[in-house]
Amino acid sequence: MPMTMNRVSVPVTVNEEACIADKGCTVCVESCPLDLLAIDLVKKKAFMQYDECWYCLPCEKDCPTQAIRVDIPYLLR
Amino acid sequence: MSDMIAEVDVLVIGGGTAGPMAAVKAKEKNPNLKVMLLEKANVKRSGAISMGMDGLNNAVIPGHATPEQYVKEITVANDGIVNQKTVMAYAQESFNMINQLDRWGVKFEKDETGDYAVKKVHHIGTYVLPMPEGHHMKKVLYRQLKKARVEITNRYMATRLLLDENGAIAGAMVLDTREGAFGVIRAKSVILCTGAAGRLGLPSSGYLFGTYENPTNAGDGYALAYHAGAELSGIECYQINPLIKDYNGPSCAYVTGPFGGYTANSKGERFIECDYWSGQMMMEFYKELEGGNGPVFLKMDHLAEETIGTIEHILHSNERPSRGRFHEGRKLDYRQGMVEMHISEIGLCSGHSASGVWVDEHAATTVPGLYAAGDLACVPHNYMLGAFVYGQFAGQSAAEYAMSHELPAVDAAQVEAERKRVLAPLANPDGLPPAQVEYKLRRFVNDYLQPPKVTKKMEIGLDRFAEIRADLDSMSATNPHELMRAMEVHFILDCAEMAAHASLYRTESRWGLYHYRVEHPEKDDADWFCHAQLKKNEAGEMTCFKRPIEPYIVELDDEEKDAYNRLRVVKQAEAA
Repeated sequence: MPMTMNRVSVPVTVNEEACIADKGCTVCVESCPLDLLAIDLVKKKAFMQYDECWYCLPCEKDCPTQAIRVDIPYLLR
Repeated sequence: MSDMIAEVDVLVIGGGTAGPMAAVKAKEKNPNLKVMLLEKANVKRSGAISMGMDGLNNAVIPGHATPEQYVKEITVANDGIVNQKTVMAYAQESFNMINQLDRWGVKFEKDETGDYAVKKVHHIGTYVLPMPEGHHMKKVLYRQLKKARVEITNRYMATRLLLDENGAIAGAMVLDTREGAFGVIRAKSVILCTGAAGRLGLPSSGYLFGTYENPTNAGDGYALAYHAGAELSGIECYQINPLIKDYNGPSCAYVTGPFGGYTANSKGERFIECDYWSGQMMMEFYKELEGGNGPVFLKMDHLAEETIGTIEHILHSNERPSRGRFHEGRKLDYRQGMVEMHISEIGLCSGHSASGVWVDEHAATTVPGLYAAGDLACVPHNYMLGAFVYGQFAGQSAAEYAMSHELPAVDAAQVEAERKRVLAPLANPDGLPPAQVEYKLRRFVNDYLQPPKVTKKMEIGLDRFAEIRADLDSMSATNPHELMRAMEVHFILDCAEMAAHASLYRTESRWGLYHYRVEHPEKDDADWFCHAQLKKNEAGEMTCFKRPIEPYIVELDDEEKDAYNRLRVVKQAEAA
């Protein structure tokens, strides 16, 4: 079946300076009720892997270094 | 790869609101039982109340309301179709549950004397108890889970229940959503606490996950119960809510009402007497939205500065705290403008309406060993506090059942068939992406099932759903996360078919907009004063049948019966 990839902007932005995933932190990944965040294995920083956000905010509230910002998804903004 | 196998006494599926309470209460009943709480996300932040809740909608507190009054209110709000015994069981335990949550550290609003500060929102009685600091709810529950030594299994989804040779519960079959491994959890009793079917209709934004309910609640429990042979009830009584347009969260009249905010039309005029969510209220909302005075708004711009400050603090830190950010983006200040509102996508949810898995006053379903609590268990308008109370009933009942039953043997044929079904998309690299199938399915749900309900449209909808069912076999998943979404599409399709069948079955209109059938616009008590049940019959077909309503334990007078049919504000003739 022929396929293509569509680009989408995602609502979660991670400040990589502040993110301490390289020190083993996975708080945001664990807090997401939809399991959308992951740690980039090369950069060792958190990022939003899937565009399935409920803009509910636990990732932002629970982040120990305030590295996460959740925007309202573009389609709803 | 061999299957993961676990053996427990009580398995609780879903760690949101009712689930943690059920697990704790099962352990309290008998600390020697092995109780497992299974959760698709992480229990710490999962479910509809991941960011807490701004208040109780149905607190029955002595001095403000009695259980009898509450049973009357819900009987009328749900147009007479209730098993009053289940509502009464909730109402009688409501105050004990509030006190227990208070002892656990949940902060309720209290007056200067330390009494609960209850507010009036409903049409008849007084039941709303604000929780301005309610965002800590999940932390409170988590502490109790740890204290009770409940075994927590995060990032697993149940895909089917396992039955013994007599059709009683034997456990559940599960998927590890991180690793993609299939497993079996053997259990003596199972409690379903998987929340609403919130990913059924497509929000008008077109964003699949911009739903009112937490979108992880895809209707898992409705499908699990259905395939296990359980009776479901009132599926045609959809959940449809008045929400902030586009944002799709509550506006929220329950919070703002007691402060003087209200639902208004474009002229800023009140058009409904009561903002409590009911099908009758939604019908008036729908008429105003589609009429010349639409759209509909939440009006707060007439309130004092300090009142608006308080409202903002509550609304922007609880339940859906990102709504402040949404308003900021649209440059809306409650002081200067009204909040535009709209009608949500359709869903199934007994917490808000009455669509759910049939349970008795002990939270037992019609399948031996299977219990249900929370948004998916059919106790009308049960909300969060009802989820806690029925979570308690379910935990206690399931513990008792487990104490008097042996662990049933596993039927290898069921496990083999389910492993094949669940893992198929991973083995199919060249197939339909689940997100695309889901989008199409949910667009058809909007096109064909949304009220006003038209017979021919619902029949066409069933044809389209049958075509999508054939597509399920050609879905592919490139990773375990996508496999979880693929399995959720199966649940959503089951729920869509249930919604269509149940709506076609009840040939009358009831519950205002929730079940407004254009060809049968009147309520028909002679034929339809009954529950409409739905289940899978022996031939594996979806079938509907009537269940008589148990004699009322609290009688209503005629004036009360009609209360929710008189919600529209009647304008007094102006003096000439």
